Amino acid sequence: MWGEAPETDPGRSPLLTAAALAVWCLVWEAVGRAGVVSIVPPLSRVVASGAAVVTSAKFAGAAWISLRAFALGMALAIAVGIPVGILMARSETVGRILRVWVNVFVSAPVSALVPLLMAVVGIGQTTVVVTVFLFSVFVIVLDTEVGVRQVGRSLVEMASCFGAGRGDLYRKILLPAALPEILAGLRLGVIRGVKGVVIGQLLIAILGVGELFETYSQNFLFEEFWALVVVVFAFAYAVSEAVAHLERRVEHYARTR
Amino acid sequence: MTDAAVEVRGVGKRYATDVEALRDVAVTFPRGRLTTLLGPSGCGKTTLLKIVAGLIQPTVGEVRVGGRRVEGPGPERAVVFQDFALLPWATVLRNVAFGLELRGVPREAREETARTWIAEVGLAGFEQSYPHQLSGGMRQRVGLARALVVDAEIILMDEPFSAVDEQTRRKFQEDLLVLLRDRGKTVIFVTHSIEEAVYLSDQIVLLTPRPGTVHRVVQPGIERARRSPDEIRRDKGYLDAVDEIWQVLKLYVG
Repeated sequence: MWGEAPETDPGRSPLLTAAALAVWCLVWEAVGRAGVVSIVPPLSRVVASGAAVVTSAKFAGAAWISLRAFALGMALAIAVGIPVGILMARSETVGRILRVWVNVFVSAPVSALVPLLMAVVGIGQTTVVVTVFLFSVFVIVLDTEVGVRQVGRSLVEMASCFGAGRGDLYRKILLPAALPEILAGLRLGVIRGVKGVVIGQLLIAILGVGELFETYSQNFLFEEFWALVVVVFAFAYAVSEAVAHLERRVEHYARTR
Repeated sequence: MTDAAVEVRGVGKRYATDVEALRDVAVTFPRGRLTTLLGPSGCGKTTLLKIVAGLIQPTVGEVRVGGRRVEGPGPERAVVFQDFALLPWATVLRNVAFGLELRGVPREAREETARTWIAEVGLAGFEQSYPHQLSGGMRQRVGLARALVVDAEIILMDEPFSAVDEQTRRKFQEDLLVLLRDRGKTVIFVTHSIEEAVYLSDQIVLLTPRPGTVHRVVQPGIERARRSPDEIRRDKGYLDAVDEIWQVLKLYVG
């Protein structure tokens, strides 16, 4: 749909990546077997109990709750982040009013606000959704704004020459032209969103994977604890790679705009 | 001569930065003819073209197209851009059909028209290519096809060949004349190349450096019918016009 696939560089070779991963797995196994750190069991045992964790009803429930919070928060962040970013780029006034706040919040440790959120929206799913939203929305706004700002003037002039209305300009020019930056923002957004779910649920401690983490660590169930860590990390990596895959498909035109 | 397709009356342009780009410009562009705006860099020739296109509002004065005052872009005018202005995410086919797409022409109809023009500009077989897969000259052919597809009577070309190499440029100039022959288009062409202006034009408007104003209008009067490009380039009228314009423009150089 976007043209041919770009050439792969050696850094992306799946074989090398697998080999590097294997080395780290061996290191983990060795450290675990040596028993140097009591909280790190060998990888093989983590994997074994991981299978039990993943198939348990408790995990299914926690995963469902967490995924829903993540999906809702991300949907909200995208629905708000992209339009606001476009607006900031197109309107000098809106840009001036919001830019400072977006820049403050994109670098601020938003987790500090979660206890405050609990006080305002209650201890529950809503807090987690809002946390995901706050974690991810600002970077999406920022990258969208950058993307729309760099759209060449001549593309906009061309559209207007050939009779584009306002809607056409946004749908057919600005949005697709800014897509590489928007996707970059989205990738950072989903990574932050996963952090948002986990941190939100950890702080609340009675919901989803946050509750599971609490249970495992309080009961010294380190094999289960590490299994859950691996699962969550793998999920974060998978969603960010999924967006990165989309990014690579538009890479070829990011350079020729 | 024939009637005026475009009239520029007392146009001046002062940018917000207080740069005066144009002062009191008055030119008439005859219908069905190719007129070049020629002048040194920064003489406001592109500004004038964009004012005619309706992309920039003049500070004073007005532009009339077919007797009506220009307030913005319109379907009777199409622009070919210096940097091509192609959609990098769209195929040649979609790029060429883009003007029709914006006018709401159904997909099949617009793609059929686009295919015809893609072939006319010599890009048959590249319908499904993307701009980044094409050379600069080919990209500009896409830009030209896009402007011709919408069947505007006035084609505005902003230094269309400045980003391509000399050989491509000459070929392109020759092809342009063939494409425009007998189609009755009014063309306004911006360039800083004297040879290009004389080779292509029925009328050449010489602009002074900033603030740009009309210095002089030259009509080379070269007999083009049934003559090869090389014969035209050796024509006495061609050589005289190049020399005459150089005598004027060299006063502004350096």
